[in-house]
Amino acid sequence: MTEWTLIGHVADIPRLGSRLVETAQGLIAVFRDGQDQIFALHNRCPHRGGPLSEGIVYGGRVSCPLHNWAIDLKTGQAVAPDNGCTPSVPVHVKDGAIALCLDAPQAPACGC
Amino acid sequence: MSGTKQKLVVVGNGMAGIRTVEELLALSPDRHDITVFGAEPHPNYNRILLSSVLAGEKSVADIVLNSPDWYAKHGITLFTGDPVTGIDADARTLTSASGRTVPYDKLLLATGSKPLMPPVAGNDLPGVCGFRDIRDVDQMIAAAQGKGRAVVIGGGLLGLEAAWGLKRRGMSVAVVHLMPHLMERQLDTAAGQLLQRDLDRRGIAFFTNGHTEEIFGDGRVQGVRLADGRIIPADLVVMAIGIRPDIELARKIGLDANRGIVVADNMSTTDPDIFAVGECAEHRGQCFGLVAPLWDMAKVCAHHLAGGDQMTFTPPALSTRLKITGIDVFSAGALAAADEADEEILLQDNARGAYKKLVLRDGKLAGIVLYGDVSDGLWYFDLMRRGADVSEWRDRIILGESAATAKSGLSVATMADDTLVCGCNGTTKGMIVAAIQGKGLTSLEEVRAHTNASGSCGQCTGAVRQILAATIGADAEDNKIPPVCGCTDRTHEEVRHAILERALKTMPEAMLALGWRNRDDCAKCRPALNYYLLCAWPGEYQDDQRSRFINERVHANIQKDGTYSVVPRLWGGMASPQELAAIAQVAEKYKVREIKITGGQRLGLFGIQKWDLPGLWGELAAAGLVSGHAYGKALRTVKTCVGSEWCRFGTQDSTGLGVKLERLSWASWTPHKFKMGVSGCPRNCAEASIKDFGVVCVDGGYDLLVGGNGGIELRETDPLCRVSNEAEVLIYAGAYMQMYREEARYLERTAPWIDRVGIAAVRARLVEDDAARGELYRRFLVSQQAAQSDPWEERARHGMDAHEFHPLCKVG
Ligand code: SRM
Ligand SMILES: Cc1cc2nc3c(=O)[nH]c(=O)nc-3n(C[C@H](O)[C@H](O)[C@H](O)COP(=O)(O)OP(=O)(O)OC[C@H]3O[C@@H](n4cnc5c(N)ncnc54)[C@H](O)[C@@H]3O)c2cc1C
Ligand code: SF4
Ligand code: FES
Repeated sequence: MTEWTLIGHVADIPRLGSRLVETAQGLIAVFRDGQDQIFALHNRCPHRGGPLSEGIVYGGRVSCPLHNWAIDLKTGQAVAPDNGCTPSVPVHVKDGAIALCLDAPQAPACGC
Repeated sequence: MSGTKQKLVVVGNGMAGIRTVEELLALSPDRHDITVFGAEPHPNYNRILLSSVLAGEKSVADIVLNSPDWYAKHGITLFTGDPVTGIDADARTLTSASGRTVPYDKLLLATGSKPLMPPVAGNDLPGVCGFRDIRDVDQMIAAAQGKGRAVVIGGGLLGLEAAWGLKRRGMSVAVVHLMPHLMERQLDTAAGQLLQRDLDRRGIAFFTNGHTEEIFGDGRVQGVRLADGRIIPADLVVMAIGIRPDIELARKIGLDANRGIVVADNMSTTDPDIFAVGECAEHRGQCFGLVAPLWDMAKVCAHHLAGGDQMTFTPPALSTRLKITGIDVFSAGALAAADEADEEILLQDNARGAYKKLVLRDGKLAGIVLYGDVSDGLWYFDLMRRGADVSEWRDRIILGESAATAKSGLSVATMADDTLVCGCNGTTKGMIVAAIQGKGLTSLEEVRAHTNASGSCGQCTGAVRQILAATIGADAEDNKIPPVCGCTDRTHEEVRHAILERALKTMPEAMLALGWRNRDDCAKCRPALNYYLLCAWPGEYQDDQRSRFINERVHANIQKDGTYSVVPRLWGGMASPQELAAIAQVAEKYKVREIKITGGQRLGLFGIQKWDLPGLWGELAAAGLVSGHAYGKALRTVKTCVGSEWCRFGTQDSTGLGVKLERLSWASWTPHKFKMGVSGCPRNCAEASIKDFGVVCVDGGYDLLVGGNGGIELRETDPLCRVSNEAEVLIYAGAYMQMYREEARYLERTAPWIDRVGIAAVRARLVEDDAARGELYRRFLVSQQAAQSDPWEERARHGMDAHEFHPLCKVG
């Protein structure tokens, strides 16, 4: 069974920004893009663990604050030429309320 | 006096008619009493730029060519919103819809054309429009407010520009095109398909080979049905299948007319007192739908109206370009070899999405199709127009001018003065040079403002920029000034200039007005724009936190493990016991992992958790400590030595001066970080000669040094000047910093900036020009008034940006 956990409202997250959610699985970074779409990724850059929540959000990506890798918000994959990926967390938004599915399998879809 | 003047009446207040009037006024300003009738309720505007208005890149006010004042200034009587309905060629009078009857000696018909409406059912339903005038654009913009769906019928130049504009306004857009590929009159199949692919990627749907059978809807348009049965739902249908010259008036009085009003080589119709120019005219069987020939018609017509009998109209070679930002298409002449004697040369670079085709006939260029890379378009076109023999470079010509002629860039220096540079506005090289020299223009924006050149389709931007550089003698390097980033073709300088000139005050406004290709798709231009706006509108502009790198957003340096460092300001490297005690106290309380004396003469606290920052800052603030901006593109440290206070060699109070400099300049945002140093004598213990601004004290004065860097690329300062007292040091420092703030590119430190512009340019404004220095210093102070508040205290005491410092929630 899939369980959704409410974590807050779209308006709590600055547009083109992110907020953190502390969970049993660790810190999850929840992003809001320019079109108000919401994405959630584990807050660890595949490069050297940089906190993705602190990066600049642009064009469906976040740029890691430590060494500038670009991570795709939807898939968690590093954008070429870099290689690696961060597990993403399923998100559901209804009437502005954001829910995460925290019991989804942790293995990232890309298999890295 | 006016009784002796000829009465000239112009029917059509559009591009060709008014251009003719302009030419005429230049030739013989007092010969005529001029009256202009316009069916539209507007002054003359640049119709070409309706596409940019639709795309949201320009406003209607931006595209007005002749304001009502212009007509008044030249004594022209203007009736707008009043179409001419009839002409009496025997009585030589005309009448208008509002009932005016006006006599004429000479009449000029410049009625343009109307959109061609296909004869299908439903073409008159509400929600169906053409793309011809401001009213059409207003209607399209209104329809786009509700987002919804648009169908554009016609995949030519006009249709695609309409489709792109509506797409940019948020509609979902489909284009129905009768032919197998787009713009078939200007592009060959390969280029047409590339174009379709690129527009497809931008989200426009295509129905090629699409034959519109019916437009349907109940009281308002609801969709389009194609002959093969496909149905495309629509809230708006735009007809862009072609134009029909407006010849109604001419027909009524029996002037010769076929598709257009027949004109002779001198632009007169079959009635010698009636002339016609523009799209409504037909010359030797040919009608025109582009502006370039219309400028020539205007010249010839004006010459004859002014009493001349020499000039004749010969149709110029035509070139086209699509005005969709980021899509580069250029075409002229033949699209393909006509027979075996013709040759085609092709270059296809799929990786870059570039395609080029040249058609050669008898060793001369006969056709050009460029897609993706159009930088050589003007050069090819000039060769084609001049009928130049290109056999010498036949094997390299496809690679462009620099490869073919082993010269770099367009040879604007050798270009003849009458070479047409901007086809859209009829501006020649000579006109541009004259404006640059006559009006002292120094930027592309200014050249645009005064000549219109490159302001319409933008195709000739590169050439105009080079003419500017060649005319004002900038070095060749400037010709290749890079754009800010891939979102725009504008350079940093152009963007900064436009922000001030056009009073752009927010980021969305600037991006819209300057035709940015993406709004938030780029992490490169946003921080730059944010800085430029902040610098241009101190105290007014609202800093965009989301366009700041993490360090500047949370006012601390992020470290390799995601913790932060805190470096409070120790003015001039001085610390009081209370300040040291406060630092020691927070270090203990917040379990700071390391305290270190930094390379900038202050104390750095390392390894602090983000959520502890506001609390820690609050306690530092209570002891009077403020942010040291060790994280910012901002004033960092002012390093000092002990100076005359203690040192046996000291000539001045270098420590005290350092503190004053730091108090003056702290908290200012700069293009890159900015460091100062003040040494008490030439032994230079504060390393002033590798600082952005350095002072070396000497007996009776202060040597000011600029542009040093001790970082990746070591650079020694250039001497700026010597001054005699501290007050002057402060003025020079502030003025210099402001000049750097206003003129350097974002992320350019003073060292590369001065390398680029030259120390002479800095001295010219700061040392040699007292007024300029004073003005810069004044602006610096104004800006500092807004900037000087402690960001740490704002966050610690006033809860600013609280969301940055704690998680949204805790679950599980
Ligand atoms: C803390 C300090 C080193 C120290 O332990 O002493 C330091 C630390 C950093 N320096 Fe520095 N620099 C420090 C003095 C210097 C100096 C010496 C000076 O100022 O006299 C220099 C050479 C002088 C100069 O700038 O001309 C210096 C040249 C650089 C550069 C190269 C700049 C350049 O133009 O080439 C960078 C990289 C950059 O700015 O892009 C840099 C960047 C950095 C960053 C911010 C790297 C980063 O982006 O994370 C370091 C932050 C560490 C942290 O966790 O806080 N740091 N850095 C010094 C802080 C001084 C202060 O009190 O503010
Ligand atoms: C959206 C769009 C984009 C274009 N892009 C380009 C481009 O990129 N490059 C290019 O070269 N060309 C382009 N064109 C074509 C260019 O605008 C025309 O060729 C040019 O405007 C023709 O000038 P004109 O004076 O003949 O007609 P117009 O500019 O149309 O002027 C005619 C005027 O006469 C008025 N009029 C008509 N009948 C009467 C009457 N009985 N009484 C009083 N007034 C009357 C009309 O209302 C109109 O205002 C574009 C056109 C459009 C619509
Ligand atoms: S020199 Fe500067 S940037 Fe390099 S490790 Fe030391 S503090 Fe970091
Ligand atoms: S840790 Fe993210 S780029 Fe290095």
